[in-house]
Order: sequence, then structure tokens, then C-alpha cells
Amino acid sequence: MSSRQFVALCLVPLAIFALTFLALPLVRLVLASGEGEAGWGIYWQILHTPRYLTTLVQTVLVSVSVTTAALAVSTTAGLFLTRNRFRGRAVLLSILTLPLAFPGVVVGFMIILLGGRQGLFNTIFPGHVVFAYSIFGLFLGYLYFSIPRVLLTVMAAAEKIDPALEEAARTLGAPPHRVLRDVLIPALAPALVAAGAIAFATAMGAFGTAFTLATNIDVLPMVIYTEFTLSANIAMAAALSVLLGIVTWGMLFLARSFSGSTIAAGG
Amino acid sequence: MTLTLRTVAKTYPGGTRALLPTDLDIAEGEIVSLLGPSGCGKTTLLRIIAGLETADAGASIRFKDDDMTHQPVERRKVGMVFQSYALFPNMSVRGNIGYGLKMQGLPRAQIDARVDEVIALCRLEPYAGRAITALSGGQRQRVALARAFAPRPRLLLLDEPLSALDAALRGQLRDELAALLRQFGITAIFVTHDQDEAMAIADRVAVMSQGRVAQIGTPEVLYRAPETAFVARFVGNSMPLGGRIDGDKLHLPGGTLDLGAPSDGKAAFVRAEDVRLAEDGPLTARVTAVTFLGTHYRIALSGATDDTLFCLHQGQSAPKPGQTVRLAIAPQSILTLTPEKAAA
Amino acid sequence: MRIGKALQLAVTLLAAAFLLVPTIQSVLAGVTVNYFQGIRSGLTLDWIAVVWGLYASSIFLSLGIALACLCVTLVIGVPAAYALARNPGRLSRAVEEFISLPLAIPGLALALALLQLYGSYKGFRMSWTFILVGHVLYTLPFMVRSVQSVLAAIDLKTLEEGAATLGAGPARRFVDVVVPNALPGILAGALTVVTLSIGEFNLTWMLHTPFLKTLPVGLADSYASMRLEIASAYTLIFFVMIVPLLLAMQWASARAQQITK
Repeated sequence: MSSRQFVALCLVPLAIFALTFLALPLVRLVLASGEGEAGWGIYWQILHTPRYLTTLVQTVLVSVSVTTAALAVSTTAGLFLTRNRFRGRAVLLSILTLPLAFPGVVVGFMIILLGGRQGLFNTIFPGHVVFAYSIFGLFLGYLYFSIPRVLLTVMAAAEKIDPALEEAARTLGAPPHRVLRDVLIPALAPALVAAGAIAFATAMGAFGTAFTLATNIDVLPMVIYTEFTLSANIAMAAALSVLLGIVTWGMLFLARSFSGSTIAAGG
Repeated sequence: MTLTLRTVAKTYPGGTRALLPTDLDIAEGEIVSLLGPSGCGKTTLLRIIAGLETADAGASIRFKDDDMTHQPVERRKVGMVFQSYALFPNMSVRGNIGYGLKMQGLPRAQIDARVDEVIALCRLEPYAGRAITALSGGQRQRVALARAFAPRPRLLLLDEPLSALDAALRGQLRDELAALLRQFGITAIFVTHDQDEAMAIADRVAVMSQGRVAQIGTPEVLYRAPETAFVARFVGNSMPLGGRIDGDKLHLPGGTLDLGAPSDGKAAFVRAEDVRLAEDGPLTARVTAVTFLGTHYRIALSGATDDTLFCLHQGQSAPKPGQTVRLAIAPQSILTLTPEKAAA
Repeated sequence: MRIGKALQLAVTLLAAAFLLVPTIQSVLAGVTVNYFQGIRSGLTLDWIAVVWGLYASSIFLSLGIALACLCVTLVIGVPAAYALARNPGRLSRAVEEFISLPLAIPGLALALALLQLYGSYKGFRMSWTFILVGHVLYTLPFMVRSVQSVLAAIDLKTLEEGAATLGAGPARRFVDVVVPNALPGILAGALTVVTLSIGEFNLTWMLHTPFLKTLPVGLADSYASMRLEIASAYTLIFFVMIVPLLLAMQWASARAQQITK
């Protein structure tokens, strides 16, 4: 067997698997979206049904606010951790990055422990500080799994910044906030865009967290779920899934063009 | 004196003494080089002067009447050129050069005028419109210099300014840098491990070793009258001769040399270029290797001294390995140092 | 500026507390007799025993699927990574992009797609292999990427050419040269696959059946219907399983990263 044949053979298992379980099902899904009463007009219908539109808007709003908050918090923490070495730094870093692999359900449970009826805040401040099941709870839940993701991306980029850049700015008289504004943020900009896109895409597609918090807030993944399981509205569920998939894929594509590095996944 | 350093030392947590208590005085407009091998403390000293590192307690750094010792780097008004240049990639050439002026809060018009002035001075007009990433190594170096100089700092500090360039460019830019610094008329301190660079550009050179200044002086003084064996070796590549000194004679395995003056108790050194092939010379040696270096031959000799002796020979031909030759060294070319200095 | 630095530290600590406090709460609740009364009510392992009685099968199922997932991703992913590393170019990038779709598309959508196409094959649908397929889809890109980046960083071509001049055929070279040199990537990939498989929920929830509940599905179940102590004890078991894996994964990945620097 020649070298070329062997290399081609190496791809066969992947090809079979990807075709059978990825390509064909996705095609079937797209087709399924067009098999409802409205046919392909279902996509048009989605944009004109208030319920779906509201859901879409809410999902986007939550995702945007989580992204902003995660960027602010993780950039601050990331810069701090990159540029300061102290006892306990490794532990702090572990605490901040381990939640990366928690499934969404566990994150939802964490929020319940903080803000549910038997939660921490309700115990410390009795008088109904129960936020877990509100949109604030959802926001916190999404923030919980977004912080580690953004942190890792930011830290990877921050470590690559030449410390001499900051020193040069200081020798030219720049106070710390100017150094941040004129040197550090511009240097981190591509990583921030990438991290932001990842956080946004993950929030848009998150299911486990919303499921556990069982809020009255409708986010798109929950609507897809109810359309499929409760309403048996296959076409609608499929169409919404396709839309959601396109949006998240597009966002991540954008992220990669700005950084070209790993994508942390889950949700 | 423009810059006065007293008892400046640096000990890192963990015990490493990067810099031993050092005193230094630099006059207005003087260009001083800190020269030494890596790890000698020269960069640490430079960074302390810049304010990027803090010296151990008890240090005093004064610029004229101003006590800078505890001032943060942002307020010291020292210009610094970094080894990697550290140009801001998110700003243009003009943006970089004007940054220090912007931090001083000057009006736009004044900044532009000064930036133009400095660009002209550093001959950067053809590149003024380019992005930082589109500049070559030599161009970046000039921009880094322009940026440090534009805000009219009191002192200019350069950290190995030419080491990031390839050898051919280095020689050419060395002369340009020297000319520019003189033109600026500014007090400057630069760090280097290259003795040619130090001697070509600086008014005075401070040779450093293991955290302290071994000797400070003009290039000629350092070359002709090194005070310690380290300086003798580092500046001008002197070799120890060994042997036994008896009055004004040096007895070596290969013969006896005249020292010109009684030097009992001292150690003798010589430079390779001062060792001459002479048919009637007092030393005998055997050639072990000959290397052709273009402008001269470097001949390795054994038997004249306890160790290998090198001779730099200019001529159309050189002896062959295995040949026996005779050598002469003029008495005034032999450096004698007292034993403590010889061990330094 | 001291204020600035103190503020940065405060934000960092607050974020860490936000992430850490509920996990500690969860661990404590899982071993406390009565959460409402707190530690005063005493510590106990009873809740963990209850969880074990209720959910042991879910835990074992998750472990089994994770191991199966590892085997499948090794068989599919390692040779594929080799093929891709040997042919860097637009086609390879397109292939990589394609197999990474399960990361970009929400698990929900993917599960729906699988159900649409294969839901009617009852035998397959009811089998644990259906869930396995979902897990492999999700974890395969990590294995491929991990191995590929290590292979791309070493000079694979020269190594193989060396082996070829010594008489090794392509299959021989794969076994003797490629795989041993890819081990750091394989290790990092393996730990990632196992960790992600154990914790996978979005896909699994849609694909599971009442007889096939994995650990995270059981968790969701307990959060919804069990008292806090049981839910916490179950979460505690999950943490005990996942945290060492996560640490090992981070260590292995850092090690593999060293090679790609």
C-alpha cells in the first residue's frame, strides 16, 4: 500500500461517521423545517410571530449583557492574574477555570443554591431575596459559565503582550489608566472580540442552565424544546434550530477570524 | 554633576544580589556606556535609573538638585529605548513619537511641531506615514529613539540599542547613533555587551562585572591601563602570560622577556596583536593552529607560556602548524597588574 | 496606583467567590443532615447512600459511555488527525471546520437532527449507542484538534522520511513513529473526551430514554424532584469524579501545549 493510500484510509472512519451522523442528519433537519404547513415560509413566519420574535430578542439581550459583563470581569481578573505573581495565584486560577466543564444543569443548581428559596442570599437577607428563577438568575447562570471561558482566552493573549510596551508607555509619562487605554486594551482587542463572540454564541445556545432554572423567561433553546416535546411541532422546532445554529456558527466563525485559537465549548 | 548615584544596590527576593552598592557620577551631556557580560548588573542599574526597578534601601538617585530616588517612572522624565523597541503597534509612527508629548498635556499644534522637528532630526521623513509593522529593524530603532527623545527628557537611557539588528546593519547604525546622540546634546547612558560599540559611541565606559563597576574611564584609558585582569580581558582581550617575574625580567617557558621596569610580585598580561613574529625574538614557540580571518591570521602557539598564546599576524602568509617560530613582545605592550587586581 | 490594583484584586476575588461559594454550599449540603438547619444538624453520609441507591446505574452508564466514547474517538480521531496533519491546506481546514460543527451548533439542534433521521429505527433509538453517537459527535473535534496540533508542531514529515529510508512502510510508520510522538496530544485529547462525555447534557437530554439516564440527566432529575440534600449529594459525587479529571486534563493540555510553542 502506498503512502497516499494509507493516508486516505486513515480518513475513512471519520468520513463514514461524519457522513452518517453529522451530514445526513443536518440535511434531514433542514428538510424537516420545510415540511410543516407553511413549507419554507416557516422562516418568514418565525420573524412575524410575536412570541418567537420576543424570545429571539430576549435571548439576544441576555446573551449580550452576559457577554459584556463577562468581558469586563474576566479582562480585569485576567490582566491582574497575568501581571501579578503571588501566593495562592494558582489556586485562584483553578477556581476561576474549573467551572469550564460543568454542565449547564449543574450551573443552574449553583444559582439555585445562591438565590433559590433555600439559597444563601435568602438565608442571609431574609425577606425574599429569591432571584434564582428570575431573569437575573438566568443572567447569573450564564455569567457563571462564561467567566472561565473568557478568562482563558484573555489570559492567553495577555501573556503574549511584550511587557516592554507597558514600560515604554510609563517612561513616556503615561499613568496606569492611560497605559490600560492606549496600550493594553488595543493589544488585547482581537482576543476580546474572539472571547466575546464565543461567550455570545455559548449563551445563545445554552440549554441546561435555563432548563434547571425553569424560569418563565423564554430563551430560544427552551422554546425549541417545548415546540418539539410538548407541541410536537417538528417543523417549527427544526426551523428554529436551524436559525439558532446559523447564528451561533456565524458568531464562532467571526471569533476564529480574529484569533484562530481554541474554542471552549459546553453550556 | 547631572546624575549622581550613591549606594545603589539591588537584591532580589531569594537572595540574588544583582547589583552591589554602586556610586556613579555623570556630567551634563556626557555619553556613558555600561559594558559587561550578561549577568553583570548593567541592565539592572539602567532600569533602576529609569525607575522600572526599585533599588535597595539606602540608595540615592539625584538628577541635579532633584531627588528622584522614590519617584515613580511616569514622573522621572527619562527617555528609554528598549532592546525590542516596544513600539506601540496600534499607533502610527507619528502617534508613537508624539505619545510622550501627549502625556505632558501639550496642545495639538505644539505636539505636531515637535514631532516634525524630531522626525527631521532622525531622518525619518520617508517613513513617517508608515505603519509600525511595515518598518525594518533599523527604521524601528530610529523611531524608538525619536519617541524617547521627543518629550525632551532629562536623560536618555538605551538598553542594548543595537543588539536586535544583524551584524552588517549594526556597524552602520552604530556610527549614526553616535552622531545622533551628539547632535541631541543630551546626557545618555547605554547598556551593551559589545566593547566595540561601547568604545565607538561613549565618552566614558563603565566596565561591570558581577554586580559592580570594575573600572570607569575613557576608552583609551580602559584599553591601555586596565586596572584589573577582568577589564584587561574584557576590553581588548588580554591574555595572562604567567611565568616568574624577577626584577624587570619575565621568565617564561619559551624564553625571557624585558619588562622595562621592576615588577616583582605582579602578574603580566599581553594582547594578541602585540605578540609579533620576529626571527630574532627572545621567545620560542611551536605553532599549533592557524586561522585565516581575512584582515589577519590568528596563530595559536604553545610552549611560549604555560597556556596557549595567540598572535594576530598581518601579512601575506603565515607559518604552518608544527613549525617552530620566534616571538617578540615590546616591554611597553606588557601590562602588569598587582595580584589582587589580577584575581579580580 | 494602589486603588487601581486593589480594585482589580477585589474583582478577581469576587468572581472567584461567585464561582466557588455555591460549590462549597453544594458539597456541604450533600453531607449535612438537614440543610435548612445547617451544620448544627450534623454531618452524615446518608444522603450519598440514598443517591447511590437511586442513581448508581446512571453513574455507571455515564462511565461506560465515556469509556466507549474514548475508544471510538481514538479509533476515528487519531488516524484522521494524522491524515489532516500530513495535508495541511484548505481541504483540511474545511474538514476540521465541518467536524467542529457540533461545537458551534447547539446540542439541542444536533439532537433534533439525529432524532429526525434515526428516531424511527427503534432498536438503535432505544440503545445506549444512540447516546454514544451524540457524545462522539461532540467530543471528536477535541481529540482531533489535540492530536493534530501536536503532530503539526513536530516535524512529522522528516520523521516519517527517516523511517521510510530505513524500510518502514506507511502502516509501520504510523505505529512506530506517528502514534508515539503524538502521545501528549492523545493523552490530552483522551482526558478531554472523558471529562466532556461525563458532563454532557444538552445532547443527552434529548436522546435519552427512561431506561437510559446518564449522570447529568440524573442530576437534572434530582434538581427538579428531590430535596436539596439529595441533589447536593449527587452533585458532590459528580464533583468528586469530575474535578480530578479536569485537573488532569489541564495538566495534560499544558504539557501538550509546551510542544506546540
